[in-house]
Amino acid sequence: MTVKDKTKETASGQAYKVIGTRPLRPDGVDKVTGKAIYGADVQLPNTLHGAMLRSPHAHARIVSIDTSEAEVMPGVKAVVTAADLPDLDDIYADLGEGIVNLRYSSWKVLAHDKVLYHGHAIAAVAATSKTLAEEAVARIKVEYEVLPPVLDVLEAMKDDAVILHEGLRTRELGEKLEGRTNVASHIQHQRGDLEAGFAAADVIVEREFNTSTVHQGYIEPQSATGLYNDDDRITVWCSTQGAFGIRGQLSSMLQIPIARITVIPTEIGGGFGGKLDVYLEPVAVMLSQRAGNRPVKMTMNRTEVLQATGPTSGSYIRVKMGATRDGKLTAAEAFMAYDAGAFPGSPIGAGSSGIFAPYRLDNVRIDGYDVLGNKPKASAYRAPGSTNAAFASESVVDELAEKLGIDPLEFRLRNAVTEGDRRADGPIYDRIGFIETLTAAASHPHYEAPLDGKQRGRGVAAGFWGNWGGKSSVSASLNPDGSVNLVEGSPDIGGSRASIAMQLAEAMEIPYESVRPQVVDTDSVGFNDNTGGSRTTFGTGWAAIEVGRKLIAELKGRAAILLEADADNVGYGDGVFSSNGASIDLTEVADRIDETGSPVVASASVHPTGFGAAFAAHVVDVEVDPETGKVEILRYTAVQDAGKAIHPSYVEGQLHGGVAQGIGWALNEEYVYDDEGHLLNSSLLDYRMPTALDLPLIDTVLVEVPNPGHPYGVRGVGEVPIVPPAAAVANAIYRATGVRLQSLPMAPGKILDALWAADES
Amino acid sequence: MATVWIPPLVQTLTGGEQIVEASGQTVREVFDNLEARYPGLRARLFQNGRPHPGVAMSVDGLVHSRGAALAVGADSEIHFLPAMSGG
Repeated sequence: MTVKDKTKETASGQAYKVIGTRPLRPDGVDKVTGKAIYGADVQLPNTLHGAMLRSPHAHARIVSIDTSEAEVMPGVKAVVTAADLPDLDDIYADLGEGIVNLRYSSWKVLAHDKVLYHGHAIAAVAATSKTLAEEAVARIKVEYEVLPPVLDVLEAMKDDAVILHEGLRTRELGEKLEGRTNVASHIQHQRGDLEAGFAAADVIVEREFNTSTVHQGYIEPQSATGLYNDDDRITVWCSTQGAFGIRGQLSSMLQIPIARITVIPTEIGGGFGGKLDVYLEPVAVMLSQRAGNRPVKMTMNRTEVLQATGPTSGSYIRVKMGATRDGKLTAAEAFMAYDAGAFPGSPIGAGSSGIFAPYRLDNVRIDGYDVLGNKPKASAYRAPGSTNAAFASESVVDELAEKLGIDPLEFRLRNAVTEGDRRADGPIYDRIGFIETLTAAASHPHYEAPLDGKQRGRGVAAGFWGNWGGKSSVSASLNPDGSVNLVEGSPDIGGSRASIAMQLAEAMEIPYESVRPQVVDTDSVGFNDNTGGSRTTFGTGWAAIEVGRKLIAELKGRAAILLEADADNVGYGDGVFSSNGASIDLTEVADRIDETGSPVVASASVHPTGFGAAFAAHVVDVEVDPETGKVEILRYTAVQDAGKAIHPSYVEGQLHGGVAQGIGWALNEEYVYDDEGHLLNSSLLDYRMPTALDLPLIDTVLVEVPNPGHPYGVRGVGEVPIVPPAAAVANAIYRATGVRLQSLPMAPGKILDALWAADES
Repeated sequence: MATVWIPPLVQTLTGGEQIVEASGQTVREVFDNLEARYPGLRARLFQNGRPHPGVAMSVDGLVHSRGAALAVGADSEIHFLPAMSGG
């Protein structure tokens, strides 16, 4: 279902011809027939195979590493440790998940003087077979001084906590505080008079929430093949969300000029933010150099993925909100501590900016803390930090609505932000579609349908994600048959080849099938930021629009030559150039391009800022089994402002994916550690992601309130659908059972405990 | 005059003022003028002409990467936010 804002269609008021249709994706056939080349499919002549030695301890000082026995094994060609990595000062890089310190990233790639989590990489071997490499890894001897781990975010903040990094100091906006700590940074947002705001409230709700560490759960493990060539040129093939980001990290981490590095992105079997950082790439390159310039391939297994690649933060959040009897929010306060893992960089920034973003608030204070612990470093995960935040705030909003006797969607509507309102952290909103989204949810048949039966309940929750613009470059060339080759550098993780090609086709007024999009390496197109932040259809699509406009402008001149007309008098529409009653098709101009001059090519780069916030409202029905604590999702409807849905099927797919991941996060997924910090569930048998059997068909409603910051009104759509599910499910469980769950995941055991506790009280 | 929202953690430098105003054609000029009134403010927010790592600057609701060279208008509103981009 699509709900359109009637105020606008195209900028010129005309109907779109390509945008809004649902053509096949260009990469679809290869992907469903097994022909697409993913990271582990790369196979070069004379390839060596790499394996990694990983820490059995969550926290230990490395006393010594003895690689001598491994090095002399027949078939072993190279061994590397952190001693082979350059010593780096603090170098900050934007990986598409915010800023990271590459010195810490280097220590993550190979442990420096301490191992900081179970599975932390220590050394790597390249050998003639994977089996041999693994045998050699087993012969590397490491002497450890085992240290106690820090696994709880509040424990890690205590003054007497075990410290991960002796040199770490808390950063507060350009200032480093004194004293050893695990708190890497403190963020604060504050407006108005909090005390007066709460004094004006008739109802105040204050609750504490905990969420577990969870993984992105992409199906394809990390894989990288590195070649340090005889001429000192470096080529890396890898599964990544951003080839240019990988190139930059390699350059900084290995201290090699960018001009010597080419990164070739393979197809990607899921990323969700987890494939922005380097893990294997620098190691494969170092091994290749030491192994006589032979290519080295490294592919993680699932245990390595779960132990050592970025999950997203577990968190502790305390939220206090107040409202008047007539349902107006008067004040809101949040304390948020996010577990960054072993190195700074949790998504506390996004979480703190977003926790109250859906609501008009004059009195607000948010404190956010980035806290280290003995877990793998948190990486971005789909609307980073926002699912945790919304679980807390939307649960409290729901409870306020209930205490005030106001329908939960109506309560949200009374407080919803709209154009001109100020976000909780300060900036003023441009045109947004939150009210339209809530209204569509409230009027959806799902929300009005009766829900009969015991232990059944309906929950709602809203979500916000700010989206991102980033930098994008594309180039395009006109073929003699009038088709266009479109070259882009944004790895396609969600149908973006199609959505970008559609925008070029729309701009050129040619059929979608006339555009052939290709994702290329870092030598073959201008700079592109990562595919992340819901930016690719927005930003790279905008670059495609610009390149299309350039091609048409050039072709007007070429058509003028063929029409023997003044270029200024040549018009264009629907693939036809015309002037003074004469006309010529674009395909004929393309066919006769030699008569007009050189081949026609163009390129465009953009760095847009008006990326426009995205809002969602979800409705879910659940049934709770009081005997087992199992929650069954009976029905789910996701409503979202998409700005303008370029390819509605792929937007709907993003909603389906976000909801599925959000439900997994809500009900089952969690990292389970023992007291020594060993990850106990590092397989997909034990790390319980939802399957098709766990989910109903997910209904979607696309609200289209065009983003004024994009030529076609696009807003990012990929991330916000993961924001509401945990809170929506929690609110539904409450309606079903009378018990409010304040800890994720809401697994059967926790639900039973809560039900039994309620019975006893 | 441009309006600058001072982040709470550095409001000690502005005597507790949350919102201050200053003239200037660019962010740099605005903060040069503010620096005269609130010594130390510029260094808390900028490093080499750009917001500190992990900090983003929003001007009139849009997050820009141009740093102190960005042009501002007489009614512009400047905020400092956590840098973020997504997954």
